[in-house]
Amino acid sequence: MAQVHIERVSKIYSGTQRAVNDISIDIPDGEFVVLVGPSGCGKSTLLRMVAGLESITEGKVSIGDRVVNGVDPAERDIAMVFQNYALYPHMKVYDNMAYGLRNRGMPKAEIDRRVREAAKTLELEHLLERRPRELSGGQRQRVAMGRAIVRSPKVFLFDEPLSNLDAKLRGQMRVEIRNLQKRFGVTSIYVTHDQVEAMTLADTLVVMNNGVAEQIGSPLDVYERPASAFVAGFIGAPAMNLIEAVVEGDGRALAVGASRLAPFSHSPALEPGRPVTLGIRPEHLRRAHANEKADMDLVVSAAEILGADTLAHGRIAPGGTGAAPLIVRLPGNVRLETGARLPLVLEPGAAHLFDGETGRRIDLAEAAVAPQQAAMARA
Amino acid sequence: MTDTATTLHTGAPDTPATGIRWGLLFDHAILIAGSLFMLLPVYLAFMTSTHEAVTIHIGGVQFLPGDRLAENYATVLFDGIGFAGAVNGTTMMVNSMILGFGFAIGKIVVAMMAAYAIVYFRFPLAELAFWAIFFTLLLPLEVRILPSYEIVQKMGLINTYTGLIVPLIASATATFFFRQFFKSVPDELIEAARIDGAGPLKFFRDILVPLSRTMIAAIFIIMFVYGWNQYLWPTLITTNEDYFTLVRGIKQIIQVWVGAQIPEYSQAMALAVLAMLPPVVVVVVFQSWFIKGLTESDK
Repeated sequence: MAQVHIERVSKIYSGTQRAVNDISIDIPDGEFVVLVGPSGCGKSTLLRMVAGLESITEGKVSIGDRVVNGVDPAERDIAMVFQNYALYPHMKVYDNMAYGLRNRGMPKAEIDRRVREAAKTLELEHLLERRPRELSGGQRQRVAMGRAIVRSPKVFLFDEPLSNLDAKLRGQMRVEIRNLQKRFGVTSIYVTHDQVEAMTLADTLVVMNNGVAEQIGSPLDVYERPASAFVAGFIGAPAMNLIEAVVEGDGRALAVGASRLAPFSHSPALEPGRPVTLGIRPEHLRRAHANEKADMDLVVSAAEILGADTLAHGRIAPGGTGAAPLIVRLPGNVRLETGARLPLVLEPGAAHLFDGETGRRIDLAEAAVAPQQAAMARA
Repeated sequence: MTDTATTLHTGAPDTPATGIRWGLLFDHAILIAGSLFMLLPVYLAFMTSTHEAVTIHIGGVQFLPGDRLAENYATVLFDGIGFAGAVNGTTMMVNSMILGFGFAIGKIVVAMMAAYAIVYFRFPLAELAFWAIFFTLLLPLEVRILPSYEIVQKMGLINTYTGLIVPLIASATATFFFRQFFKSVPDELIEAARIDGAGPLKFFRDILVPLSRTMIAAIFIIMFVYGWNQYLWPTLITTNEDYFTLVRGIKQIIQVWVGAQIPEYSQAMALAVLAMLPPVVVVVVFQSWFIKGLTESDK
């Protein structure tokens, strides 16, 4: 068991292309870190650099107290679970799990003990004599996990391990992976593009985009205080509404197309004319009561009825093509008609503001919200 | 054949009122004609091999069995043939076996290693090396036979098994096939093996070779038959009858047309039938492997 330090690591392809750009992450012993981001954001490359499957162009990776930049993957004391399982097709389940141990010259009895123990943990005991092709996707995934567990490595690395499973199984395996990791207490790095997986598994979430860590923090932290418009839009489903706006008047109102909003009436003023992006989560808007003053009106264009919730899609009044699109999460019993005008109230303090140009978060109510360290990797 | 019967049988309920399905009949007519076309020469060779040379000389190829089956085959296998009479069918068969197995195994080993290097290692001019190998596909043995002979002769390898096998052991075809196969092996497998502590040799031995079983079986069939049927190269390289192969031996029998002697057609036929057996065995054995590998494999 060990901590992992990723220190200003970059991966540069063919001289110029930075797949991973100057990322630093400190992972304490036993922590579960999830790298999440859209495809091509560099998350897998970063993981593979930790694994030693990819060379490190710049920076330093250390596992425990040892810098492992030049160390062979087999010598790094890691275990990796791959997306397509990467089981050896010609070997039985038992041999698949035992192969790595045999290569290390472990005594036969010890190998047998470890494999059987892992098989028991993963409920694979009755499958030990089967070959991978005779197993279902979920079972194969378990074998891949088993292969990682028997090694009792310092670090588990997961490269989108659940992407090939169907939704139900994915949910089960997610819980299982989390429980296993808790039980063994092994430091883990997990790559996924699925933000639900990311939110539920992570102790620490690293949101990546274009090779850069946009934000590093606890899942709730990332959800509640996204460091950039990208993070705001990526974490949360349905995605946060990101509305282009311009600061107006006394610096406390925003012009959104033809309409005017004042969600930050209590916050410090911004310079008028500054372009910003207003972020509002669909769940932070509600229907205004009869005599309440609405913050904005929604012209409903479609309703998605999910049972527990109803998602109202539409545009901010006065509507029309120029108006900003908006999604609102309403209780499941609300019935909506297309074209109806829905007065909405924004929950106090729930709006986010991002710089219109850089996309970075603008902290408005520093005094209102307890300052949390914006754990940002970006220098 | 069993398949045909089954098809006909299960097809019966669909048979229209007329009772004859012309399409099916036509299909089978073609298939039967094709089978006959392939099998008839073998049948004729076998029938002819059971007659006396004189009968064949007079009556040509024989359709019905004769009475000299045991005698002809015994002569061919155990009595001396050829000018010196120093070599018999058994020796020639052993020689052919050595050539066939040497070829097939040698080619598979060399080609697998070459393909392994090309696919998995980054070395300067790797791409060029591959294409250089690939282009030799265009140059059959006959084109380079003179320089090859010159080298083998200068190395003093005439009349040795080494001289017979080694100069032909590099195979562009096999290298190409193995390269394509290795390229289809998912990268994750290599990475998993690397993390499992398998170095290049271990990965090759423990993972790549077992995965290639199907490919090896296929290449073995092709290369064994290719080696077994070699004629030109053994003819050039062997002057000593001890190194004669079966295919050469057949030619040798028919060539003995000296004075009033009638060529031993029956013996030549017997030898031809014998020469056919090992490749048939190899194909049958490896084909079952091959098919098993095909249906079982998933990478």
